[in-house]
Amino acid sequence: MLEIKNLHASVDTNEILRGINLTINPGEVHAIMGPNGSGKSTLAHVLAGRDGYQITQGEAIFEGKDLLAMLPEERAREGVFLAFQYPVEIAGVSNMYFLRAALNAIRKHRGLDELDAMDFLKMVREKMKILDMDESLMNRPVNEGFSGGEKKRNEIFQMAVLEPKLAILDETDSGLDIDALRTVSEGINRLRGPERAIVLVTHYQRLLNYVVPDFVHVLADGRIVKSGGKELAHELEEKGYVWLEESAEPVKSGANH
Amino acid sequence: MSTEIDTLEELVNRDYQWGFVTDIEADSVAPGLNEDVIRLISSKKNEPEFMLEWRLKAYRHWVSLEKAQAEPKWANIHYPPIDYESIVYYSAPKTKDRPKSLDEVDPELLRTYEKLGIPLQERAILSGVAVDAVFDSVSVATTFREKLGDLGIIFCSFSEAVREHPELVQKYLGSVVPYTDNFFAALNAAVFTDGSFVYVPKGVRCPMELSTYFRINARNTGQFERTLIIADDDSYVSYLEGCTAPMRDENQLHAAVVELIAHDNATIKYSTVQNWYPGDKEGKGGIYNFVTKRGKCLGKNSKISWTQVETGSAITWKYPSCILQGDNSIGEFYSVVLTNNYQQADTGTKMIHLGKNTRSTIVSKGISAGHGENTYRGMVKITKNAEGARNYSQCDSLLLGDKCGAHTFPYLEVKNSTAQVEHEATTSKIGEDQIFYFRQRGLSSEDAVSMIVNGFCKQVFRELPMEFAVEAQKLLGVSLEGSVG
Repeated sequence: MLEIKNLHASVDTNEILRGINLTINPGEVHAIMGPNGSGKSTLAHVLAGRDGYQITQGEAIFEGKDLLAMLPEERAREGVFLAFQYPVEIAGVSNMYFLRAALNAIRKHRGLDELDAMDFLKMVREKMKILDMDESLMNRPVNEGFSGGEKKRNEIFQMAVLEPKLAILDETDSGLDIDALRTVSEGINRLRGPERAIVLVTHYQRLLNYVVPDFVHVLADGRIVKSGGKELAHELEEKGYVWLEESAEPVKSGANH
Repeated sequence: MSTEIDTLEELVNRDYQWGFVTDIEADSVAPGLNEDVIRLISSKKNEPEFMLEWRLKAYRHWVSLEKAQAEPKWANIHYPPIDYESIVYYSAPKTKDRPKSLDEVDPELLRTYEKLGIPLQERAILSGVAVDAVFDSVSVATTFREKLGDLGIIFCSFSEAVREHPELVQKYLGSVVPYTDNFFAALNAAVFTDGSFVYVPKGVRCPMELSTYFRINARNTGQFERTLIIADDDSYVSYLEGCTAPMRDENQLHAAVVELIAHDNATIKYSTVQNWYPGDKEGKGGIYNFVTKRGKCLGKNSKISWTQVETGSAITWKYPSCILQGDNSIGEFYSVVLTNNYQQADTGTKMIHLGKNTRSTIVSKGISAGHGENTYRGMVKITKNAEGARNYSQCDSLLLGDKCGAHTFPYLEVKNSTAQVEHEATTSKIGEDQIFYFRQRGLSSEDAVSMIVNGFCKQVFRELPMEFAVEAQKLLGVSLEGSVG
């Protein structure tokens, strides 16, 4: 589904990604872990098409298409979803209106009919139950006045509505208390499926107790220095990232599976 | 990314689509202003003696103000001195008489209005809106007159009202905005050439929207129109004005006066969609829109509601206001003002509470983009006898980019201790991160800006009559496109 080859990206003259190689297949859940400043969020943003990064080398092929050549909205319409670490507040635009416009933009791109308000509401109500969301949130402006947990929950709720092929969740666990973490994790687990790939970008291992990944990759200094199964996350939790940085053999090719 | 930049460029460079010139022979006077010009205007319009006298008094007052250099300078706007001697004060399309029916209107004029999206042919109007079309200095057509006449509603050009209803004009003209009010009001009173007149008799609810469409066409002319609306006891009227002008490199002055009078239990709803030519991207040309608008809630339980959507003009200077004289009367002001490129706006309202239990609401939404400067200036005055008066004001500013400005100057003057006055203000900015959020969900930058701006303006748009709300949204979209890159 997604094949990243030797991806290098910089901000100004500062190279942040220094040759990422990663292959993601449908149905897989990948966790990308790493210390602060290792390039985890940069990778998520580069894949989603955020401005401010220069791609200096490498490529990312999404379902046979050159992902990096697409506009951010085209990537979204093709099925790439980013759950933001810091979801943005948008005054004056209701959650409902925003989400319906987004869904219809995506549906249109896929040659489907736009959903009218009634059908949309019906669909949304079902999805809200999954995330235990209060219906009143739908009529409030996007993320405005939402608590940290509500914002993160809203991101996963949007994912549930937009049904992406590839979902990249950027530090979705940060700022969540244990109950909220459980609800959000359950939501993510329900969205796992054979057609969908999920990338969890996280600093801590705790999210991975609830959403168990198929693969774990450790990012350090802009490269994937180690890849493994779910047990790698536990190892990291015990030993910290320092262990890896010290023992890391220079891994050029990253993960292969 | 380059495709996106290209589209934005395209959108920025999109022409002001109302900027064409109608090729029509005009009857104009030479530029400059003196008593002879005023006499000429008055005689061209066959005005009764009282009008000429009033004009001359206004002119003499204006001359004294000009000598004293009393052109208002306090507003947060900047422009080179206006040469009042270079303005043409009267210009009218050449016709023998005012046409009796639409069939007699010059087809070139009808085409102009069609091109502007204002079909004057009554049969073509499905929306049930009666239109008075003012072209340069004169009204060229008023539709639906007979139907309104059956209800006793007078809707005609100001010139006709002066001739056919002099008693009403004499009674109310200048009763809300006297010619001594300010520099531009004095100038307008001296030289105004046309405008619309509305009288709604007792107990009548006007069944359709009344509207005036103002068009400046001739070069170097000023447009000085005057609108007078009187709603007698227990009546209701909703009125809308729209305006456009050709694109020209020089600035043109538009100094209008609007007076509204609401008697007991009467309601006047006055909506404006102002889209005068704003000048080019470098700030060259455009209309100076220096307008005095005021309504008097004369009777008890009367209500005057102003809604304005201001997207045009190089400079806007206007404060649609309410004098709340009748007990329990209500004044409202809803405003959306957009300044893009080098546009400047200093606008707001005055709510003067005189009567008991009077209430006023002010909702102002300013959007600044490009190098636009947007100032809200508003006064809430609660006088000594205004027991139980209440005001709520909300002033929100939205900034697009970092070269524009938003300013808020609220003046509150409260002389009665039972008054309740509330003021809220916010400033926000459309950020890159907001735009990216929309795009990551599959929506384009344009969709993002338009959704945010429309959300920001929703409170005001819902005050507009339905068909104009749609128009206003479109206008705002066109005026904003390309302002985020």
